[in-house]
Amino acid sequence: MPDGPGLELIMAEVNRGNPGAVLDTGYDREQASLVVPAERVREVLEWLRDTPGQEYTFLSSLHAADYLPAEPRFAVHYELLNRERYERIRVKALLPDPASPGDVAVGLAPGNGKVPTGAGGEVPGTGAGESRHGSGLTGGEPSEGSWRGGEEGSGGAPGESRPTESSSPPAENGEGRPTEPSSSPQTNGTRPFPEIDSVVDLFPTADFQEREAYDFFGIVFRGHPDLRRMFMPEDYVGHPQRRDFPIGGEPVIFTRDEPADPGWWK
Amino acid sequence: MTLEPGGNGRGGQSAAEIVHEIEGSAPGVTVELEPEQELLMVNMGPHHPATHGVLRLEVELEGEVVRDLRPIVGYVHTGIEKSCESMAFWKVIPFVERMDYLSYFFNSEAYCGAVEKLIGLEVPRRAQYLRVLHMELNRLHSHLVWLGTTALDVGAMSVYFYCFRDRDRVLDMFEMSAGQRMHTRYFQVGGVAEDIPEGWEAKARELIGVIKRGLSQYESLLDRNEIFLMRTKNIGVVDRERLLELGVTGPLLRAAGDPWDLRKEAGYLVYDELDFDIPVGTVGDGYDRYRVRLAEMRESLKIIEQCLDGLPDGPWIADDRKYVLPPRSELSTSMESLIHHFKLVTEGFRVDPGEVYYPIESPRGELGCFVVADGSAKPVRVHFRDPSFVNLQSLRDMAIGEYVADLIQTLAMLDPILGGIDR
Amino acid sequence: MEIERIKVTPETPLEQPSSPEEFRARQLKARDMLRGDLEGADLDAYVEERVMTTTLEKVLNVARANSIFPATFGLACCAIEMMSTVSPRYDIARFGAEAFRASPRQADLLILSGRVSIKMAPVVRRIYDQMLEPKWSISMGACSSSGGMFANYAVVQGADRFMPVDVHVPGCPPRPEALIYGFNKLQRMIMGHPDPGWRARYNATGTEEWARGGAGSKPSPEAVEAYRKAREALGA
Ligand code: SF4
Repeated sequence: MPDGPGLELIMAEVNRGNPGAVLDTGYDREQASLVVPAERVREVLEWLRDTPGQEYTFLSSLHAADYLPAEPRFAVHYELLNRERYERIRVKALLPDPASPGDVAVGLAPGNGKVPTGAGGEVPGTGAGESRHGSGLTGGEPSEGSWRGGEEGSGGAPGESRPTESSSPPAENGEGRPTEPSSSPQTNGTRPFPEIDSVVDLFPTADFQEREAYDFFGIVFRGHPDLRRMFMPEDYVGHPQRRDFPIGGEPVIFTRDEPADPGWWK
Repeated sequence: MTLEPGGNGRGGQSAAEIVHEIEGSAPGVTVELEPEQELLMVNMGPHHPATHGVLRLEVELEGEVVRDLRPIVGYVHTGIEKSCESMAFWKVIPFVERMDYLSYFFNSEAYCGAVEKLIGLEVPRRAQYLRVLHMELNRLHSHLVWLGTTALDVGAMSVYFYCFRDRDRVLDMFEMSAGQRMHTRYFQVGGVAEDIPEGWEAKARELIGVIKRGLSQYESLLDRNEIFLMRTKNIGVVDRERLLELGVTGPLLRAAGDPWDLRKEAGYLVYDELDFDIPVGTVGDGYDRYRVRLAEMRESLKIIEQCLDGLPDGPWIADDRKYVLPPRSELSTSMESLIHHFKLVTEGFRVDPGEVYYPIESPRGELGCFVVADGSAKPVRVHFRDPSFVNLQSLRDMAIGEYVADLIQTLAMLDPILGGIDR
Repeated sequence: MEIERIKVTPETPLEQPSSPEEFRARQLKARDMLRGDLEGADLDAYVEERVMTTTLEKVLNVARANSIFPATFGLACCAIEMMSTVSPRYDIARFGAEAFRASPRQADLLILSGRVSIKMAPVVRRIYDQMLEPKWSISMGACSSSGGMFANYAVVQGADRFMPVDVHVPGCPPRPEALIYGFNKLQRMIMGHPDPGWRARYNATGTEEWARGGAGSKPSPEAVEAYRKAREALGA
């Protein structure tokens, strides 16, 4: 691991070639990290991979996180590894949320019990007589309390949101149908996505992991060859691992007299 | 093979360009394939007996040759990472165990290790040995299940029965120490939940002999099995550089000749005190993957033997009352313990802000756990870098240009665990 | 401590011939009957003593219960335990269910072994619909019975939401013995009830594909009538 001073050296060296590429360094619990702005992440990764003496050629993991009350809200982490020296370094790309607080809920509303794929159309009522469809999301309308801290959390600089070119996926509107892809998908009522450059051409291993981050956090990777949902059904609405997405599921009623909606899970 | 592996072409190459080499039967003979009018799209899964779970593959075929392949996953996506965010740190352990359901001890070690790193907790030596013991037993279990199902896929039914016979013996060990066969929740933050019971060591030593005998049985069943050899040799070869680009780790990488094993490199727990070798292959085909895994099981047995010999006495869990439950006996005598117990059980311990990535070597490769804490008793994010998920990307490179029948074998040799892929 | 070993001696069934002579006498009597020597009340008494009468349906049910073909269908962790019921130690072949079938068309038991995600639920349902009657299903594990510990956005909270389940086996994962016990319960259920199909079992008339004009439409009155008649004919 590069230690604290070593990290400062790396930061100074990166910034000599590309000023402003590294904002900060962090050395915590024996783990080194570089903090970079989202636009510069490719430069830094390329530098770390190709500079003689650094050669962090193996991307062991790419993952995103949502630090909701904090600002900037999202971050994408790149865990780089130098296999000769066994040194790891984490590049943390900060990603503000371009959505303004007003449209927090739009585009995030969970599907109203819509069955994800075609076969579900034939789901008839079952023994219990109730025709509940195959979605686990029917557990209840999202109440105010579910949007934990949604208001204060996502200030985000609206200036960051620029209409993108073809790389942006079709935006989704509140009803769960993807809208037609247009030249500027960020139309009224649609939540703009945070965007970052894809690194699939630098590290082919990032392919699935970027799709995963897009699926769970709605982070758009510009230039990704095939940016689709990884895990959730294609027609799912929302990005479930954002902190302001309700966890879903159902309350467990332990006794008969308990109210059907105890509310503790919110 | 003249196929360029990196391209994202959807079978876009003209078929006449693609030369398929039939290796093994007649070396050096190349067959020019007739250009077909169109590619046939075949959907495999999610309910398919040979996909080892609910993996779905969209395969484009030209005749019988795979030209393109897209894995579609998510059919057992369980939202575990999200559920973890609403649980106290110590309640997360049962959740993460259920991700990669064949390597539950590894999952909980990755998570516990990350949390221990976050709070700076030292694990006592006996606990470290016990963890290594259980993890290596778990590696045996995982490879046994892999071997049984893989042999089933290439048509050797009896190996399945032999493997599951021995696997049950391994699970008996878990049952004895932790009380359950799978998903034991034996590892705790700070150590292990309970000391091993009396007689466990003797039983473990007995098990070593059983598995050793078993291993030679499987080898005698498979090593000279003509069908098995023809179906695995020189099939699904991807070279080392490409595997590294794709982030592949574990037996797949080692079969391609790269002695990369985090147990040696990172030296977590007590692995740097133990003496074991890293088996590597030479060609990187299905056969090498099989040999490497079998050799790994022998090495695991070696590790288990050394751990049993060197098992130190002492506590099996740290005695930091801020993070570790006090022993039951203290509860009736010490008020302080009672308070700690109450706090830990109701709220859980708090962890200072920070983020940690903790990688270990699971039976399938680098299993990393990324935990973010914000000072409260619940993690902000728990993410697993699952080796099956990353390794799955290499399936495309392995399968393109091969026959569709070999796809089954290639997939089986990849050893994907869908619970780990989808989490 | 030495455990006392209790020896279990089977009770001699009453029907057994007590001596070779008696056995011989019975044989001779049977021969008499076949020759037509036994008639009238004699014959009645003889038949009543020795022949059990039952309906064909019941015989079929016994046969069905003891020759179940489960579908090879694993979802998650529980699938591994399901596999070990086939293994030598647990050996579900003792109950005639070791032949796992890869195609749902050939299977008559769906063991839902694991968590069902919202992406998988329609697929599971389709597989169940593809199975031929008579068919049963066991939901194995906490997850497919109730969602288990995963009360979140991705998991269907109980498989009964989208398909009929006959037996729930609790546990996470249930031990193979537990699954076998659940399977035995299912066998009893099959043997005890002549089975006109799951729709009759769970009162879900009118949901058949043929009874509907298309996805989501109501069954036509004729279809309902035809179905009612069919059920009456079956005596359900
Ligand atoms: S019940 Fe437990 S063992 Fe079974 S699928 Fe669910 S989590 Fe896995």
